[in-house]
Order: sequence, then C-alpha cells, then structure tokens
Amino acid sequence: MTDTSAATKPSSPLRDVWVQFRSHKGAMFGLITLSVLIIAVLIGPYLWVPEKLSVAQAIKLKNQGPSLRFPLGTDQLGRDMLARMLLAGRISLAVGLVAMGIAIVFGTLIGVLAGYFRRLDGPLMRLTDMFLALPLIPLLLVMVMLFRDRIAGLIGPEMGAFTLIVFAIGITSWMATARIVRGEVLTLKEREYVLAARSIGARPNRIILRHILPNVISPVMVAATLGVAEAIITESVLSFLGLGFPPDFPTWGRLLYDGLQYMQVYPERVVWPGVAISLTVLSVNYIGDGLRDALDPRIRGR
Amino acid sequence: MLTFTLRRLLLAIPILLVISLVIFLLVDLAPGSPMSEIPLTVPPEVRQKMIAAMGADQPVFVRYLLWLKQFFWVEPMTLVDGWFGTTFVEGEQRILSWQSRSPVFDIIGQRIPQTLTVVGTAYLVGILIAVPIGIYSAYRQYSVFDQAGTLFAMIGFSVPTFFSGTLFIIIFAVWLGWFPTKYDTTLTVTDWESFVQRLRQMALPVMTLGLANAAAISRYMRSSMLDNMAMDYVRTARAKGMSERVVVLKHVLRNSLIPVVTVIALGIPSIFGGAIITENLFGVNGIGAALIGAIHANDIPMVQTLAFIFAVLIVLFNLIADVIYGLLDPRIRYD
Repeated sequence: MTDTSAATKPSSPLRDVWVQFRSHKGAMFGLITLSVLIIAVLIGPYLWVPEKLSVAQAIKLKNQGPSLRFPLGTDQLGRDMLARMLLAGRISLAVGLVAMGIAIVFGTLIGVLAGYFRRLDGPLMRLTDMFLALPLIPLLLVMVMLFRDRIAGLIGPEMGAFTLIVFAIGITSWMATARIVRGEVLTLKEREYVLAARSIGARPNRIILRHILPNVISPVMVAATLGVAEAIITESVLSFLGLGFPPDFPTWGRLLYDGLQYMQVYPERVVWPGVAISLTVLSVNYIGDGLRDALDPRIRGR
Repeated sequence: MLTFTLRRLLLAIPILLVISLVIFLLVDLAPGSPMSEIPLTVPPEVRQKMIAAMGADQPVFVRYLLWLKQFFWVEPMTLVDGWFGTTFVEGEQRILSWQSRSPVFDIIGQRIPQTLTVVGTAYLVGILIAVPIGIYSAYRQYSVFDQAGTLFAMIGFSVPTFFSGTLFIIIFAVWLGWFPTKYDTTLTVTDWESFVQRLRQMALPVMTLGLANAAAISRYMRSSMLDNMAMDYVRTARAKGMSERVVVLKHVLRNSLIPVVTVIALGIPSIFGGAIITENLFGVNGIGAALIGAIHANDIPMVQTLAFIFAVLIVLFNLIADVIYGLLDPRIRYD
C-alpha cells in the first residue's frame, strides 16, 4: 500500500478512498464494465447508424442471424438489433439514474428532517414504515396501468412513460436511504462540532447543509449505487410484464419481453438484452460493494 | 414479550387501515375504470344500470367502508359459516370480482395452492442450498469455495429472475428437452407417473426462484457465521478440546441461525407477492398471475383485495420476525 509517491504527495481523503477502491477486484471489474457500457450506449448510436431500409426490404431481412451487416441480427420486423440494443441501453441506464436520483433526494430529505427535528421523527418514520409495508411491485403495476394513458395524453407517449415510470420507481424506493440517513443524523447532531456551530448561532438549515450533510454522503453514495441496480431491475420487470415503455421506445427489459415470443427459434434475441441487464446490475452491485469498503475508514488500509 | 406482541398488533391496526385507504384510493381514483370500457352503443340508462349493478355508482367513502366491512367481517365469517354450518353472514354481499362475478376470496382459494406448491418449494430449496453454502464459506473464509460462493451470490443478486428463468427455459427445455416449458395447472397427482410429471414441470420455476433466494440467504448465513466464529465462546469450546464438528455445527451454527431465521421470516410475504414474474413466465396459475390478470382487466375489487392481502402479510411477518428474534435470543428484551 505504501508506494513511493505517498511521500511526495500528501494523501487526501479522496485519494485514500480511491486507493482502497482500486484494491477491490470486483469493484474495478464493475467500474470498467459499467464505463464500457455507458460509453457504448452514449456514443454507439452515432457510430453505428443502421442503414435506411424500405418496408419491403426490411420485411425480407427479418429474423436474420448475426452477420457483418447486422452484428446482432435483425428482429421480427427487420430492425437492426445492435442499434436497438444501444438505444435501449440509453433509456435503461437513464431510468436507473434518474429514478435513483429522485429516491436519494427524497430519502435524504426525509431522513435529515426525521433525524434532526425530533418532532418530525415519529410521523416521518411511521410514513417510512408504511411505505415499507406496501406491496411495491403490484402497486407499481397498478400505477403504470392506470396513469399511463392520462400522462401520455399530457406529454406524449414516450416522455409520458419515462416520467411515470421514473417517478413511480423513485417514489417507492426512498425508504432505505431515509432510514440510513436518519440513523447517521441522529448520531452526528450530538457531535461537538455541531454543538459548537449551534452555540455561535448557526441556523438549523446552515448546520444541516454545511455540517451534517457532507458527513452522511458516504452511506448515501453506497445506497445510491445499489439504488441504480434496483431501479434498472424494477424497470425491466415492468417492461417484462408488458407495462413498461411502448415498443418503439425500447429498453432492455422491453427487448427481452419482445424476444420472448421467438425464444424457441431465436434465443439470442432474449439473451442479449438479458446479458446487458445482468452485466449492468452486476457491475453496479460490485461498485457498491467496493465503495462500501473504500468509504469505511475502519476497513481502509487493511 | 406478550405485551410487546400485543402492542405491536394494536399498532398494526392503524397502519393497515391507512395502507388499505391508500391502496383503495390509488386503485379507485385512477382514470382507467371498467365503466369507460362499456361500448358506446349501450344506451345510457342501461349503462347506468350496469354501473349500479357493480356497486360503482356509490361515493368513494361508502364503497371504502363497504369494502372494509366485507374484508374484515363478511369474508372471515363466510369461512366460519363454511366450517361450522352457521349462518352469521347469510345473504350478505361478498367482495365480487368484476371479471368473473364470483367472490374474490373463492378465486384466491383456488389459486393459492398453485402458488404455495411452486413458490413455497422454491423458498425451501433456496434455504436448503443457502445454509450449507453459508456455513462452509464462513468456515473457510477467503478459500476458493468462499470466493465461488461470493460470486454465486453476486450473480444471484444481479441476474433478474425473468432472465434466469428464460435462460433455464432455453437451456433445459428447448435445447436439452428435459423439462416442459410451461406449468400445467390442471395436472392432478394420481399415480407415480403423474407425480414425476409434476416434479418435472416444477423443476424450472423452483430452480429459478430457489437460486435467487439462495443467493441472498447464503450471504446472511455467511456473515452471521463469521460474526460468531470470532467470539470468545468459540475459542473456549475449542480449548476444551471439542471436535471442530461440534464447535461449528453446534455452538456456532445455533447462534448464527438466529438472524437468518428472521431474514427467512421477512422473506415469506414475497412468496405470495414477489413471484409474480416467475408465475407469469412459467404459466403457473397462482396468486401473482391472478393479480396481473386483474390489473390488465381493470378488475378493481380483485386488485384492491390482493394488494391489501400482500400488505397484511408484510406487516404480519415483520411482527413475526421481531417476535422470533426475541424468543430465540435471550439478550433481546423488548419490554
């Protein structure tokens, strides 16, 4: 661990975290895989532009196997699978990130309020308990089923589905974050430096923003990483049950669902999106694992 | 312990009432209702009668209270009447499904055996795989077996059941042809042959769900074993000259199982609710499939009742897990 550069460069906390993170093999595997996937879906659609086919040509070229022209083959309508996979990956990852963002903001807000203000603690934690007792997948299905048309009418089918699904997933997965943050805040607010800040007349919002929030970042980061994985899986479950995105706006879950009908003849059409989802979730989980170890000063340096 | 249980039971009542209200309102106030599905050619007065026949013309709170009464009084009493031949709720209206116009609880009664056989078996298989893996991984920490177990658990966490299930279908049903792809619900076990048939069709869904469950439980088992292996009483037991077998399988295992048992109890509601995907994929005609069917058919009473039953199960098993924890671990006192 003690390399020569440590003598010349003073070690910063971030550096320590990075050094510890790098020693976790799984986490590095996850980071590299996820980076490759993200870069692929971000710039891939610009590099791999599927050729424009007329309907008649496309029908002739349907259900092709992998070839140089179509590296992953074509689907039942003659659409290039590679291009679809890349576009679908964009949406799947975007859903995961945005839903996680909503869940983290919401969870942190509730956790800080419950932990810092004693009067809010009881009601907010009862709310959290209640949300934890809700059967989430059924409720998500009901929400999507019932509000899809209404929201699609307001902002168009694609943005409507995206907003609805992201919001629904975010609003049903903030509970773990809220509990973690509340626990952290409860111990942090009794620390001397918080007392000192209060004694010189700092207002609660300043204490929370400047002194407490920076200290709860590490557990929140771990929760956020794992939240991305959860959100991606939840979205694909919805798509898989036919209640996710419309077919012309594919996600990996949707592609898998579309491929199910042809599973016996063209199994690769199920395997590609499935592998993509699994790899993403696996690497995100490994990154979360590595982050948890790296951010914990008790483990660091072992 | 008893006071704790009673207090928690009393506390569960308001929580469940709020949850029931949330579920009821969410499902009920949402736009897509079956009333909009009546064809436009139906004259308005007939349409009015159809809506009234479903009881959907009443204000929301009246329907909510009626549903509560049906759920908590009429349905349990119907069961009692059925058992003892009494007539407490004779002629009272039960919760009717809008799809089939038959009582929701009758449908649930027909569906639950399918769910319990398949998903329950999968949960048991998962536990039976997970516990030995967890024990041995912890006993030989950082060994090859442990690394493999960690990888297995990580993959089990990360590969969603709808993909692992599909993969199993492709490999074992399409390529190898060992098992059927679909679960035949009408099959009744009468002789050895049909029993084997039942086992073969159960294999794939049980494998899919069992692996997913085993991944999570084996992690808990491993970390719990590791915590206990470092304890002083383990060193004492070894110092007394007890065999490794007795130390690990008696002293450590018993103490390590305490948190694992609660985790297992917490997972039981997911047997009923969480297996929606697997049931859908393999065509098991269980509770999860019933829920999906009801959602697609806008069958509001069915969705409300099923979702609320899932919520009751979650609250109940949370309480059971807490009580088990208190019973098994004398260090934990709730009073």
